[in-house]
Amino acid sequence: MSESERLKRRLEEWEREVVAPLLKRFPERKSLFTTEEGIEVKRLYTPLDLEGWDYLEKLGLPGTYPFTRGIYATMYRGRPWTIRQYAGYGSAEDTNERYRYLLSIGQTGLSMAFDLPTQLGYDPDHSLAWYEVGKVGVSMPAVTEMDIVFRDIPMDKITTSMTINATAIEVLSMYVLVAESRGVPRAVLDGTTQNDILKEYIARNNYIYPPEPSMRYSVDLILYAAKEMPKWNAISISGYHMEEAGATPAMEIAFTFADAVEYVRWTKERGRLDVDAFAPKLTFFFASRTNLFEQVAKFRAARRMWAKIMRDWFGAKDPRSMILRFHTQTAGVLLTAQQPMVNIIRTTLQALAAVLGGTQSLHVNSYDEALSLPTEESVKLSIRVQQVLLYESGVVDTVDPLGGSYYVEWLTDQIEERAWKYLDEIERMGGMLRAIKLGYPQREIARAAYEWQLKVEKGEVPIIGVNVFAEPEVPRIKVLKVDPAARERVVGRLRQLRESRDQVKVGTALDNLRRAAEVEEVNIFEPIYEAVRARATLGEISGVLREVWGVWRAPEVF
Amino acid sequence: MSQMEPARRKVLIAKLGLDGHDRGAKVITMALRDAGFRVVYLGVHQSPEDLVRAALEEDVEAVGVSILSGSHEELVSDLVRLARERGLSVPVIVGGVIPPEDVQRLKDMGVFEVLLPGTPLAKVVEVFKKALGET
Repeated sequence: MSESERLKRRLEEWEREVVAPLLKRFPERKSLFTTEEGIEVKRLYTPLDLEGWDYLEKLGLPGTYPFTRGIYATMYRGRPWTIRQYAGYGSAEDTNERYRYLLSIGQTGLSMAFDLPTQLGYDPDHSLAWYEVGKVGVSMPAVTEMDIVFRDIPMDKITTSMTINATAIEVLSMYVLVAESRGVPRAVLDGTTQNDILKEYIARNNYIYPPEPSMRYSVDLILYAAKEMPKWNAISISGYHMEEAGATPAMEIAFTFADAVEYVRWTKERGRLDVDAFAPKLTFFFASRTNLFEQVAKFRAARRMWAKIMRDWFGAKDPRSMILRFHTQTAGVLLTAQQPMVNIIRTTLQALAAVLGGTQSLHVNSYDEALSLPTEESVKLSIRVQQVLLYESGVVDTVDPLGGSYYVEWLTDQIEERAWKYLDEIERMGGMLRAIKLGYPQREIARAAYEWQLKVEKGEVPIIGVNVFAEPEVPRIKVLKVDPAARERVVGRLRQLRESRDQVKVGTALDNLRRAAEVEEVNIFEPIYEAVRARATLGEISGVLREVWGVWRAPEVF
Repeated sequence: MSQMEPARRKVLIAKLGLDGHDRGAKVITMALRDAGFRVVYLGVHQSPEDLVRAALEEDVEAVGVSILSGSHEELVSDLVRLARERGLSVPVIVGGVIPPEDVQRLKDMGVFEVLLPGTPLAKVVEVFKKALGET
């Protein structure tokens, strides 16, 4: 009798003689246990659940194909993840102060949050922008603001990630100009521009232009960086915002890869480049939820899928093209306004999942973020959560500590299988750009969000402090308020800039930009960079592109 | 149960300001539709001006706005003022990431109800019914 037959027999015996009588006396709490993906979870996992499962094919060794266990051979034993809290608010001065504070308490990389006008291509004195200046990030209408944000911060040593998409080239140009004015050449700058416009149409809604010119814009940044900024990660293809909008774990990774496949195809074609010439600089961004094992399975499945996509779909030869480098943020939607301190426990579990899942950098949400932007005190705890995991928990001492767990390996396969189905579905539609125009991912995500909410209503998804163990009052905690004077400061400086600059230079740069935008073949990076250098404002540059390319109105899918 | 079910039950849901977080607005739209409301979903990036115009054109009986960007005070204040100027006199319900200490200020501006994160859909539906004078 083979080993698996012996185990099978023992398992049947156990079910019959141990479990069945026990259940009669002590029934389980639920008739059905499921993950958030809706996968039924069994009472017990054994080697029988992994029958025919080939270790080398499924996992391999860390740092080698298919990278399931991790993208580096030594993982956190060699290099810790980057502690990178998304931050920025008010004026450049407020943001500079916050960044220096974060670095002083142990943050190891910066992550810039820009306000909505900056993300949507409006100057702060535009009528639509006025309300939102400095509210969810720093206002960045011109290079002068970037200079203030980076006062006393070493741009040659720090890595900076920027959540900027529809205006990524404008903002990156400002960063480059400030760095070079301090003698730091663009070739040594290290960091990331999110530059992922597709997920804006799907979930995040900070788009400006229609999809085709937006893809050109995004790809032109990728192509420019591939040539001139070898250390820069030109794009961070993001599932995070889809998860926040309601996507299940399989949807999150599948839709992210469908976006990624679109970028790879466009970049190959537009740049006439071999995939290995740019793919090593593609990066990713995912969410981490409280459902620990499913999240770890998601990250592991994602690594395996991306390696396969790059090797088999695109014929990548360079292993660096196949590795899934990703940032993780704990899931903001799981924060509660009720009993806010409980959020620290949630985010600790979420951060643990990200670390067990092999993330390269991490943002831990602060306990007060269901109410407002975080205070210094609350963000310090977020950094401390990361430090406890890194220095005290021991989970970093070995690579992929959950590898080989019958349950986690089984769940990794399940998530992967479901994600491939979504990816195949989108391929059948003709790729993500087309699927977006059909409203497919938007609809799937909205449906999932509603289903989840209905489960919360029925109590099938318990949320401590909300539908179980609730208390009558939402406690008042100290929250951060953006100083209204920040807007005056930014607008004042902007008006000064508009008056003091060389108007002829600005006019010429904007004319050149307009002509470049009209010609499909031209890379749009340099004309935008030149306009920023001539002190054109972000709103003026986006304004020109709006006139040439038009604006996007979401399809009526809802 | 009342036999006099209102004929229209038409409300408007929109994202006010530049904030793109539309999960809540969409979920509430679906919940209201399931509860028998007719919902005009206006989507993202609506100015107070856009919203008042749409509410008048669509002749809705209540307006729900969602704001997660922290700009609720100025946006809602302008919305309420514009509504008054244009003769739009329907209840305004505000939801989103709003610190509890701001709730009373919004109500003082004339907001019918403020719904904080974690509000059950049943409560949301109830608030809209109340706004339409059904309960």
